[in-house]
Amino acid sequence: MDTMAVGAAPVIRIERLYKEYISDAGTVPVLKDVAFTVQPGEFVAVMGPSGSGKSTFMNILGCLDVASSGTYLLNDRDVNSQSPDELARLRNQLLGFVFQGFNLLPRATLQDNVMLPLVYGGIARSERMARADEMLHKVGLGNYRRSYPNQISGGQQQRVAIARALVNRPRLLLADEPTGNLDTQTSQEIMALFTELNSEGVTIVLVTHEPDIAAYAQRLVRLSDGRVVYDGPVEQAAEPAS
Amino acid sequence: MTGAMLGEAWQAMGANRMRSVLTMLGMVIGVGAVILMVAVGQGAQQQVQASIASMGSNLFIVLSGSTTSGGARLGGGAAPTLTVLDAQAIEELPQVVAAAPSASGSAQLIYAANNWNSQIIGSTPSYLIARDWRLASGLPFTDSDVRSATRVALLGQTVVQNLFGDEDPVGKTIRIKNSPYVVLGVLGAKGQSLDGRDQDDTVVVPVTTAQRKLFGTPFTGSVRSISVQSESAAAMPAVEKSITELLRQRHRIRPGAENDFSVRNLTAMANTEAETTETMSLMLGAIASVSLLVGGIGIMNIMLVSVTERTREIGIRMAIGARSRDIRLQFMLEAIILSVIGCLIGVALGVGGAYAMYKFSGMPVFVSMISIVGAFIGAAAVGIFFGWYPARKAALMRPIDALRFQ
Repeated sequence: MDTMAVGAAPVIRIERLYKEYISDAGTVPVLKDVAFTVQPGEFVAVMGPSGSGKSTFMNILGCLDVASSGTYLLNDRDVNSQSPDELARLRNQLLGFVFQGFNLLPRATLQDNVMLPLVYGGIARSERMARADEMLHKVGLGNYRRSYPNQISGGQQQRVAIARALVNRPRLLLADEPTGNLDTQTSQEIMALFTELNSEGVTIVLVTHEPDIAAYAQRLVRLSDGRVVYDGPVEQAAEPAS
Repeated sequence: MTGAMLGEAWQAMGANRMRSVLTMLGMVIGVGAVILMVAVGQGAQQQVQASIASMGSNLFIVLSGSTTSGGARLGGGAAPTLTVLDAQAIEELPQVVAAAPSASGSAQLIYAANNWNSQIIGSTPSYLIARDWRLASGLPFTDSDVRSATRVALLGQTVVQNLFGDEDPVGKTIRIKNSPYVVLGVLGAKGQSLDGRDQDDTVVVPVTTAQRKLFGTPFTGSVRSISVQSESAAAMPAVEKSITELLRQRHRIRPGAENDFSVRNLTAMANTEAETTETMSLMLGAIASVSLLVGGIGIMNIMLVSVTERTREIGIRMAIGARSRDIRLQFMLEAIILSVIGCLIGVALGVGGAYAMYKFSGMPVFVSMISIVGAFIGAAAVGIFFGWYPARKAALMRPIDALRFQ
């Protein structure tokens, strides 16, 4: 895959990143002096208790929100200085999203769902269909092109979401609690798929609060109170559950 | 990309069929009302224009005097102050094409077993010229018929139908007030006059015959009115003035004294009537346009609900890479499709309604291409105008807020 084109540059380079929200009570700091780098081909899990700022961190990583200050280079592009339209373009070209709630469009067929990023990417219809079919096949749903999301199981829906996230060959796959709505068995299947994709070269950043799920990654980043409190291999981090 | 979005917009509407249909209903009624009302207005307008054309162009009518008798002022035509000679004198004025005296009344007509009551107009050959009235068959009577007061007649279409049916009346003899008259010709169809009278229910005879043999006026040679046709519309004010001067001279009216006749510019009056119907037509259209506007507001209403309901979908699309303008286009397309389909149905309904109106009430209607195209453009404009605000609302959502929406 294209994502295997490993350059010297990291996929993500974040330094001295701050994010604060302005409320009636004054400014509320959410992320404080965060540094975070992801090299191509890495599989990183981000953990942290609720309120640790991990959702905000994920939104900023996903170019859905912009930091208050600091540096965020995504594929060597300075995200903080992009216009909303350019951010949309970055999301479309460089990122793939997998959400906890699958977030498929209920009225569209699976094929149409998977094609959607290509529609916004301006890819011609015949190529869109071919690539969508290829991705559906890859996640094991090649025979469900014409089905609708409500006709398949949750695990299958998440597979479709993964197909949609990867169809535009992104530099980075962002997964936000991808197994949060799934049973243990299905969760394991989904995580096996992530592992397989990673072994093929897809760079993955995954947010979760379950250590079992985080264990599939190679590297763990633990957030607490808006700061990175641990960044290292998964195995050594298992004990101190904060 | 627009093709894919059109398909999606279509799907979105299909997903909420009942609501889409109800939303369209506003447009359907609006456009239908515009088409129907404009058809009614233009029908009336065309009827008036046809009547004006049938009246004859650049026409004056000179009515014999309002006189004062014992302090009571009598209306126009009460005193027979105009004469056939006045008409002849007017005809010799410059820029006058024809001047025809007319003495009219009604009488019973008989042919074979049929009888019919009709208006009889006594005039001269100039009458047909002044009124732009052609013969359908036969020949007109001549000045010598007028001089010798022969019993000849020209019949209008309605008279022919009632007396003769399918028979050719030319050369036949009918009886008017029990005296025999030879039918010389048949007048062409003219239809309704401005006041709704059937102009074809008319018999034209020489003015002298009418005076001496049919109605028998106490003042020989006097007529109630003279129809005058001027050369052109531009010449009408000058002609009106010269007629007035001529008649004042001929009637020996002292300076300062009131005229014993009146000159009316029928064409000007008709034009006023045409303007009135045009105004009515415009007003009907304007009133109907209000319902188009209401239909548009209905679309905006539903689109706003739809945007709120689909906030999460908007968030997903934005996360996947939709720009603001893509979201805006999507919702605009939905609004435009709704209004254009509503418009199509509305046009069909309006045209059908106009036809039914004509069929069942005989009301004159006219559906013009312009009104259809206009309604179409109007509907598209309404869709764009009222779709714009909800689409903008959707496009300006922040992706994280939209995604978090439950």
